[in-house]
Amino acid sequence: MARALCKSYRVAAKEPGVAGALRHFFRREYKDVEAVKGVSFEIERGEFVGFLGANGAGKTTTLKMLTGLLLPSSGELRVSGHFPFDRRSDFLKRITLVMGQKQQLMWDLPALDSLRVNAAVYDLPKLQAERRIAELAEMLEIESKLTLPVRKLSLGERMKCELLAALLHEPEVLMLDEPTLGLDVNAQDSIRRFLKDYNQTRRATVLLTSHYMADIVALCPRVLLIHEGRLVYDGSLEALTERVAPYRQLRLELPELVSRERLATYAEVELLEGRKVVLSVDRAQVTNVVARVLAELKPLDLGVTDPPIEQVIGRVFAGQKEALA
Amino acid sequence: MQHRILRKARVLFEVYLAQMVEYRAEIYLWAAAGVLPLILLGVWAKAAESGSFPLSRVEFIRYFIVAFLVRQFTFIWVIWEFEELVSSGRLSQQLLQPLHPIWRIIASHLTERVVRLPLVFGIVCLCFLAYPEALWVPRLVDVGLATLLLTFAFWARFMIQYMMSMLAFWSERATAIEELWFVVHLFLSGLMAPLDVMPDGVRAAAELTPFPYLVYYPTSLLLGHGAPLAKAAVVLGIWSLASWGLQRVLWRKGLRSYTAMGA
Repeated sequence: MARALCKSYRVAAKEPGVAGALRHFFRREYKDVEAVKGVSFEIERGEFVGFLGANGAGKTTTLKMLTGLLLPSSGELRVSGHFPFDRRSDFLKRITLVMGQKQQLMWDLPALDSLRVNAAVYDLPKLQAERRIAELAEMLEIESKLTLPVRKLSLGERMKCELLAALLHEPEVLMLDEPTLGLDVNAQDSIRRFLKDYNQTRRATVLLTSHYMADIVALCPRVLLIHEGRLVYDGSLEALTERVAPYRQLRLELPELVSRERLATYAEVELLEGRKVVLSVDRAQVTNVVARVLAELKPLDLGVTDPPIEQVIGRVFAGQKEALA
Repeated sequence: MQHRILRKARVLFEVYLAQMVEYRAEIYLWAAAGVLPLILLGVWAKAAESGSFPLSRVEFIRYFIVAFLVRQFTFIWVIWEFEELVSSGRLSQQLLQPLHPIWRIIASHLTERVVRLPLVFGIVCLCFLAYPEALWVPRLVDVGLATLLLTFAFWARFMIQYMMSMLAFWSERATAIEELWFVVHLFLSGLMAPLDVMPDGVRAAAELTPFPYLVYYPTSLLLGHGAPLAKAAVVLGIWSLASWGLQRVLWRKGLRSYTAMGA
C-alpha cells in the first residue's frame, strides 16, 4: 500500500565548461528534482500488476522505495506489513527485486554456487533448497546450465538463472524491472510463461515494469500508469484502451488501389500502403463502416482489432491525460 | 540459530574460496606487486655495510624479508570493493538480502589469503635461498604472539578502511582518502624503514597509531625482539572501536542518501 508517496533528490546544478566548474567549486547550487509526486495505490495478494511509464517517469524510483532501497521523502508505505526502508530480515525474506541486465550471480562460478549462497542466506534447509532448485530449474528449462560458469551462459539463460536465484526463497512479493530486456522472442515467451505459472501456483503478488508491451498484455490484468512522477491511471488494460483510444482498427486488403480521399469518407485513414489500408473507426460506428466497406470496396481480407497498446500508452504520454479524467 | 550462522559462514567461505581460486592469477600478481620491502632490503643492506645503524646488514635483510611476509596478512581492499558496489549499484542487490554486505567482503578477504599464501611462502623461500646468512628459525611462542597481533591488526585495519569506505555514499572517489592514508602507512608502519632508525619522538607518536602494529611489531615479534603487546591491544582496540562506531553512524546516514543509481 502506497499513499501520497513522494521522492525528491537534491542534485548539484552546475553550468557546463570550466567557468561553470569554477563557479560551482566556490558557490555550490542545488536543485530538488521530484521523481515521484504523491503516488497512491493498493495491491492485493496474488495480483499481477503492470507498472508502465516512459523513461524517467518514476517507475524504478517507486520500485526502489517499495523494496526499501530508497527512503521516501514523504507519504505512507507498507509492503507485506512492513515499512520497506527498515529492511528487516522478515521483510527481505518475503520480497525480491529482479532487474534486467543487473546480476546477483557470481560471474566466474557456476550459478549453482550462487544458489548455494542464497539458500544459506535465506536459511533454507539443504534438502528444501535442492528440491526448489530442481523444481524452478525445470520450470525455467535450465537444468543443464546450472553447473556452467555464469559468464559462459547466453543472456536468456543468465536471466533465467537470475530469476531462479531471486525466487529460491519463494518470495510472496516479486518486483520485476524489465526482466525480459534484451532477450530474444523465445526467451521472452519462456519467462512470461514461467512468471504466470509462478504467480498462479504460489499466489505471489507481482509488480512488473517492461517496455515490451507483449509482457504487459500477456501477464497483467491491471496496470498502473505513471507519468512525470504522478499516477495517471490504475485499472485494466481494456478500460484504458477504451478511455484513451475509443476507436478500433479496421485492417483491409483491397482488390485494387483506392485513393486516400475516398477511403476518408469511411473513417480516418491511419495507413495506406498500396492495397493495404488501416482505418481508425469510432467504436460505435464499427458495424456500419464494416458493412459499407464490404458492400462498396469488396476487400480481399478484413480484420477488426483494438489499437496496439503501444499506441494507447503513447497517446497518454503525448499529453492526452485529459482522456483519462 | 548458531547452526544457521555457522552454515552461512561455511557456505560463504567455500564459495568465495572457489571464486578466489578462479582469480588466482590476479591474486599472485597482487602478491608479487607487494615486493616493496624486498626492494628496500637491497637499499638498506647496502647502506648498513658503510654506515652506522642500529641494525646490522643481516638484521636488515631478515627484517625486510619478514616484513614482506607480514604485510601480506594485513592487506585490505574493502574500500575499493565497497566503492565499486556503490558506484555500480550492485550494493542494491546485496541490500535486498537478509545478510549484511560486509560478510561477503570479509569472506573474500579471508579466502583470498588462503590462495595468496602459498606464493608468498614461495617468495620468502627464494629470498632465504638468495640470502642464506639471514635464515633463522623463529621460536614457536613468537610465531603464536605474532599471529595474535596480526589478527588484531587485520581487524583494526579492516575496520578503519571499512569506516573510510562509507564515504563512497557521498563521493565517487572514496579511495582517494585511502591513498593519502597509505602514504602515512608507508612511513609509520615500518615498510620503508624499521622504526629502530626513526627518532624517538616520531616512534612514540607512531605507536599511538595503528601503523607500527601492522608491519613493524609483528615482524619484530617473529625476529624475537618482542613488542609492547598490551599497548598494541589498547591502541588497536581504540582505533577499531572508534572506527566501528563511526562506521555505524555513516552507514545509517549513507543509506538515507543512497540513490541506488545504476541499479
